[in-house]
Amino acid sequence: MPPPLEKERIKQMQVTSSSFKENTRDALSNPTLQNSLKRLHTGFVSSRSRAAARMPEFELLRDQARDIKDHVLAHLDVYLEKFELQCQAHGGHVHWCRDENHAKDVVLDICQKANAKTVTKGKSMIGEEIAINDHLEANGIEPIETDLGEYIIQLRNEPPSHIIAPAIHVSKEQVADVFRLTHSDLDPARNLDEPDNILAEARAMLRNRYMEADVGITGANFLVAETGSSIIVTNEGNGDLTQTLPRVHIVLASIEKIVPTLLDATALLRVLARSATGQEMSSYTTFSTGPKRDTDVDGPSEYHVILLDNGRSDLLDSEFKEMLRCIRCGACLNHCPVYGAIGGHAYGWVYPGPMGSVLSPGLIGLQNTKHLPQASTLCGKCEEVCPVRIPLPLLLRNWRFLIYDRGLTDRKLTFGLSIWAYLAKRPMLYHLVVRWLIRVLALGARKKGRYKYLPGLKAWTQTRDFPAPQGKTFMQQWR
Amino acid sequence: MINAREEILSKIKAGLDPLQSRARREKSVETRLSNPSKHVIPKRAQLDRAKRILLFQQMAEEVAATTSRVSSLNELPETIIEYLNRHNLPSHIKTDTNPLLNRVDWAKHPTLEVKYGKAEDCDQNSVTVAFAGVAETGTAVLTSGPNNPTTLNFLPENHIIILPVSRLFGTYEETWARLRAEMGEIEKTFPRTVNWITGPSRTGDIEQTIQLGIHGPKRLHVILVEGNDEETG
Ligand code: SF4
Repeated sequence: MPPPLEKERIKQMQVTSSSFKENTRDALSNPTLQNSLKRLHTGFVSSRSRAAARMPEFELLRDQARDIKDHVLAHLDVYLEKFELQCQAHGGHVHWCRDENHAKDVVLDICQKANAKTVTKGKSMIGEEIAINDHLEANGIEPIETDLGEYIIQLRNEPPSHIIAPAIHVSKEQVADVFRLTHSDLDPARNLDEPDNILAEARAMLRNRYMEADVGITGANFLVAETGSSIIVTNEGNGDLTQTLPRVHIVLASIEKIVPTLLDATALLRVLARSATGQEMSSYTTFSTGPKRDTDVDGPSEYHVILLDNGRSDLLDSEFKEMLRCIRCGACLNHCPVYGAIGGHAYGWVYPGPMGSVLSPGLIGLQNTKHLPQASTLCGKCEEVCPVRIPLPLLLRNWRFLIYDRGLTDRKLTFGLSIWAYLAKRPMLYHLVVRWLIRVLALGARKKGRYKYLPGLKAWTQTRDFPAPQGKTFMQQWR
Repeated sequence: MINAREEILSKIKAGLDPLQSRARREKSVETRLSNPSKHVIPKRAQLDRAKRILLFQQMAEEVAATTSRVSSLNELPETIIEYLNRHNLPSHIKTDTNPLLNRVDWAKHPTLEVKYGKAEDCDQNSVTVAFAGVAETGTAVLTSGPNNPTTLNFLPENHIIILPVSRLFGTYEETWARLRAEMGEIEKTFPRTVNWITGPSRTGDIEQTIQLGIHGPKRLHVILVEGNDEETG
């Protein structure tokens, strides 16, 4: 079995990870983005810490979540076959797809057989990974994103910048602008100053689209082998309208989404929302199993599940196997000082932040992504919050070894001269990263009344030369 | 050319621990599926009946749902009418055909227009009966079926859920056990859709500020109905 980096897949979707440095520069000089990123602290980071503190069993739940996923990965072939059997027993169709082109063709084929003109879409990272919208559009089928964030970025014609909050980089004013531009038959003088107005307009615009769509495409947070079900976890209710109203429901999932039983899914759901948004439970968690039954009053008549591999089976016997435990909660992004300084687009492909820096090289090869494993301070915060305890810093270091090993390093970014050296030469970025880190660390410390110790900082300073940036030193800024 | 299914499965098999044969893996999966492992159950959810009700209300209200309690099914029409009036909503509802609601004497309340069936775009208010409730997070569990259209839970702007207290459990796990008890082999009889609903529709997509009612209901009201199993279950 070749290690993942042997095969450099040619991605049709534009990968800009190789221009990481240029992307970073752009991100830092974008005031709107910088404003949005500041809100991560008051939002996701503090909510997660509240939710975790409120659940005394949270650490046990995380151990359990890790163990469930490890068990699945060790028995993946059997569980996938079991899922297939159960899904079919309920009248569903299972499509095994080796890569993104294969998956795109299968989805298009289902849509064409359904004579689809429009397709509504719930949020799906697999949809982004295989760039399904472009493919449908190129073949005369109109895809309509229905998650508000996805809808906004679809109108703005840009990729998501966060795996659970795709439009996190967009300001309210920018949303109003693109709504005025796109919904051009509405009164140009209408008020779009308040989120209420924006919401009402989005709700009204998407209503008809739900009703008229021929096919609904959703992702899946989990697939349950025991029952052959797909699970989506959402807050808006768009995913449910998308998978209930059209005649055909297509689920885009990858092979590692399997869990054994409903009870296992339940156990994982206890950590998912808390880690992601800090909610106790998302508004809507939905288990879908096959098409509508003969006696049902509503629901789709066809139910298809895409099981995408796209490089994952190769990761299974690599040192990056643990990445396959990821449940895409986004906590590692929210807590990452580098993500907090540069946002998601700079990473150049669909998966940003620490999870992306580990996963992207595995899925699309190192050649395009070799800067990503360097985009980390190895501060350890991501591992500290990951609900399935993926040792992200270790996996990032593994990639760095491989990069060095393959001689893929360039002069500016040699192994050992990691992000700190890079940051030290860029005071503004350095400042942002450090400020971010302080705020994240302070959140844990404040509870104790004073800054007695800084989790992660000891290991952090022990293992590296701390370069003095121009301007204030870290400790000066700290005080 | 070998098909994708075989190709993916053989790559997976090649990547698995060589010491665990396929037969052993099958055995261990079989064991896991027939005796699902016991997971950690939060203490928070292990409560007596009275505290369970209070926790459910507290958790649901935390996420912007509203709740009320009635002592019998007969009080439903008045409670619903009052709720609709309070929010200046038209006095008509679309509801499911759950047998529980057959026992409600709607005719006594001619001002309330009651229609049955799946939701249409024009329906403003829906009333649906929950399969169960989970106090742990204030979550209502609804299942699709001949009497329970799923669209009623998502299309109308105002959603009223009827939850018999006899079906209010501490944890999600207990609701699965109840489903198994009622549906037999759920591997075969599992409903097309199981909805866990925790509060109304919301989004944080505009500058990370929570706003209610983006695509699903703007308002969610849960009416807890007291009474023993024969009356309400
Ligand atoms: S790596 Fe962990 S923290 Fe990051 S998205 Fe995946 S599960 Fe969440």
